Amino acid sequence: MTDVTLPFAPPLDAGGGSYLDEGHTILSWLTTTDHKRIAILYALSITLFFFIGGVAIGLVRLELISPTGLFLTSDEYNRLFTIHGIIMVWFFLVPSIPATMGNFILPMMIGAPDVAFPRLNLLSWYLYVGGAAFTVYVLLSGGVDTGWTFYPPFSSDYSHSNVIAAAAGVFVVGFSSIATGVNFLATIHMLRCPGMTWFRLPLFAWSMYVVSMVMVLATPVLAMSLLLISAERYFGLPIFDPRAGGDPLLFQHLFWFYSHPAVYIMILPAMGVVSEVFACFARRRVFGYGFMVFSLMTIGVVGFMVWGHHMFVAGQSPLANLVFSFLSFIVAVPSAIKVFNWTATLYRGHIGFEAPMIYALGFLGLFTIGGLTGLFLASVPIDIATTDSYFVVAHFHTIMVGGTVSAFMAGIHYWWPKVTGKLYNEFWAQFAAITMFLGFNVTFLPQFVMGWLGMPRRYHYYPDVFQIWHILSSGGAVILAVAYLMPLVYLTWSLFYGEKSPGNPWHATGLEWQTPSPPPKSNFLRPPRVNAEPYDYHDFGRAEETGDESRARPQGDAS
Amino acid sequence: MNISQFTTEASDYAVKVDHLFYLESIISGLVVLLVSGLIIVFFALYYRGSSTPRGEVPERKSHEIEIGWTVATLFSFLFLFWWAASDQLTALAPPKQALEIHVVAKQWMWRFQHPSGAREIDELHVPAHTNVRLAMTSQDVIHDLYLPALRLKQDILPDRYTYEWFNATKTGIFHFTCAEFCGTDHSIMAGSLVIMTPEDYARWTAAQPEGDDLAHQGKALFHSLGCSGCHTPGSSVHAPDLHGVYGHVVHLSDGSTRVADEAYLRDCMLLPDTTRVAGFPPIMPNFTGAVDEGQIFELVAYIKSLSADQDAGAQE
Repeated sequence: MTDVTLPFAPPLDAGGGSYLDEGHTILSWLTTTDHKRIAILYALSITLFFFIGGVAIGLVRLELISPTGLFLTSDEYNRLFTIHGIIMVWFFLVPSIPATMGNFILPMMIGAPDVAFPRLNLLSWYLYVGGAAFTVYVLLSGGVDTGWTFYPPFSSDYSHSNVIAAAAGVFVVGFSSIATGVNFLATIHMLRCPGMTWFRLPLFAWSMYVVSMVMVLATPVLAMSLLLISAERYFGLPIFDPRAGGDPLLFQHLFWFYSHPAVYIMILPAMGVVSEVFACFARRRVFGYGFMVFSLMTIGVVGFMVWGHHMFVAGQSPLANLVFSFLSFIVAVPSAIKVFNWTATLYRGHIGFEAPMIYALGFLGLFTIGGLTGLFLASVPIDIATTDSYFVVAHFHTIMVGGTVSAFMAGIHYWWPKVTGKLYNEFWAQFAAITMFLGFNVTFLPQFVMGWLGMPRRYHYYPDVFQIWHILSSGGAVILAVAYLMPLVYLTWSLFYGEKSPGNPWHATGLEWQTPSPPPKSNFLRPPRVNAEPYDYHDFGRAEETGDESRARPQGDAS
Repeated sequence: MNISQFTTEASDYAVKVDHLFYLESIISGLVVLLVSGLIIVFFALYYRGSSTPRGEVPERKSHEIEIGWTVATLFSFLFLFWWAASDQLTALAPPKQALEIHVVAKQWMWRFQHPSGAREIDELHVPAHTNVRLAMTSQDVIHDLYLPALRLKQDILPDRYTYEWFNATKTGIFHFTCAEFCGTDHSIMAGSLVIMTPEDYARWTAAQPEGDDLAHQGKALFHSLGCSGCHTPGSSVHAPDLHGVYGHVVHLSDGSTRVADEAYLRDCMLLPDTTRVAGFPPIMPNFTGAVDEGQIFELVAYIKSLSADQDAGAQE
């Protein structure tokens, strides 16, 4: 590894240009192969899709204030929650952290000048934007009413909506995921700088490694199942249609074989981000680094073996239910370990209350609630009672939306000075972080309650006894909407009027901070060399007595 | 509508499910208290600028600590799994003797057929303190019969039978509804589950207009569709005798064996090529399109009654 010579640019003059000065035309952005600029392209497009998906669910929550509906027909309602599901899962949550922070930070974190295949990286953005924009157009023009899960025979033989077109866009976006995964795997294997051994990789890099593996292995199965649905719908090829000898459960097996690992595609990067943030703002080494790495890998591997817990009432054999229930309990163990480790990281630290830390704590709270309710659902009898109810809706929103979005925001705020060279308004950021945590809980805790009481999901009209819980939940959604809009305002404001950030405003140890902010095009002024473990905020075995931030020793030398 | 139509624990199984739910709620509550308590304590002691001495940190012992809480977590999860699985396993074994009600789901209504021959739409009358077994199938997409008061839910698939069974302990009117998204009117594909005392159920059944029970309706179909032309002992056509078939193992012409349950009998009518009994010629016609799901239930009920007569005869 150490023999590879990396093509670094010659040292720049002090005050020399950053990657942002490499071209100011739109064309220069659309043809860039710089991983940092591609990350920003991703961030902008993801944000756009996020708000479209958000408006869809805003309308749904408004409609649900009344048990008999306010302004939608049932067909419109079904289309709206499908828009929300498809956009949020495939065009926001799956690419969210890997495509933005993974693209921007990962190469810098391991001391590389770019990802391994910069042009493939740009191609993956075009696949993403092309596929996603096409599907969103289909969803908004005619709509699809199958839910994001596309279950046959409804999706193949009965739905009168544009299933094939919507699936085609998702199919293309899948290849963007695969390309990103391949790129990150090659980058981590080939481009670590001298001294960056595997067990010196920061946990965010580890999470990117595991998530890339999952993306590369799981996404093709999604592509297959969508292709088969389209073949059945268009050519009448009998695959899932039971009247022709097909099996609708086969689709569910294929679909969840992707879609359960997809949950880990969403949450593993979040775990990586908050590990960085906890260490930095507690001024502590991450407790149990080795265990954190192995639990990431265990989750990645066992996560492939639990898909059947989505199908406890689907007509699967009782023995399969038992095995999948067992494995689902097992996959919860490494997640619990990580919660304990993050908590223990705070012990004897010097804990700051900066916005990234508040977001990371929000993640910890939501991840814990989401994880514990996962145990309920891993228990077959409780799952039978609560599956396809709001209990499940609340569970997966808490963990994969609450958890992932909190971590996404933590990362955005933590690396904002790195990416933009500007400081945001700390007060508003803290305020938004607290609002978001409250918003999530007010939105989803009532959903846990009504789900357990018996409120089924995907219901346009519902028994009036659940109205009070729906009103509470819709109120929470308003709080959440405010919490989402605030960063849009103060972060944009900071771009124009924000104070200029020092190179390493948090005194963090990661390699990505040992270079100017915003970084030069080739990331570092000269080839970096790593000479320490990550998170060197204090000596082994002894915490710092004073909160002196200059004690943090950089992981490597790059200037 | 009253929330008790959903939350009443209308069977012993429902009580067990609720106990498991309470157990997991308590454990979860304790974990949340532990984690949030630790975070609050750490924040109170170690916020930036506090003068609390930091000193030694247990980095050197971190392996022991990690192994400790990994094992503790693993064992508590295994305990929960064992509890949940034992509930699941005891609920699995379907009772030998049960009142069998046939359910046909379609966009967007429910049809129920009682053994007495009574039929109803979007309303299900069942006796309490009796094993009731629902044999269910769908005419179109996947549905799911969700019985909240019994804490039961089971997907209903086209061209396949799925089952759920219960023994209700409370009488009253409860809610049931579809729990698997099935299209436009999914949210109003609902009805009432009426649990009555066995005496009331008997009175209710007797008051229904349908004269014959399901097996007799099946018998009439058996003759009118021409099945009896071949499947009668002494017929000149070489076809299996159906007496005593139900519930027994059949050897098929492709060398495999199947238990002659409802699903097998159904396949015999709709997929005769794949279900031919060894030693018989392939002359069974395909009845796809000629009989609907409800009629198949009637025919199956009749064939089952042939075995019941036989068993009764054998015991005498």
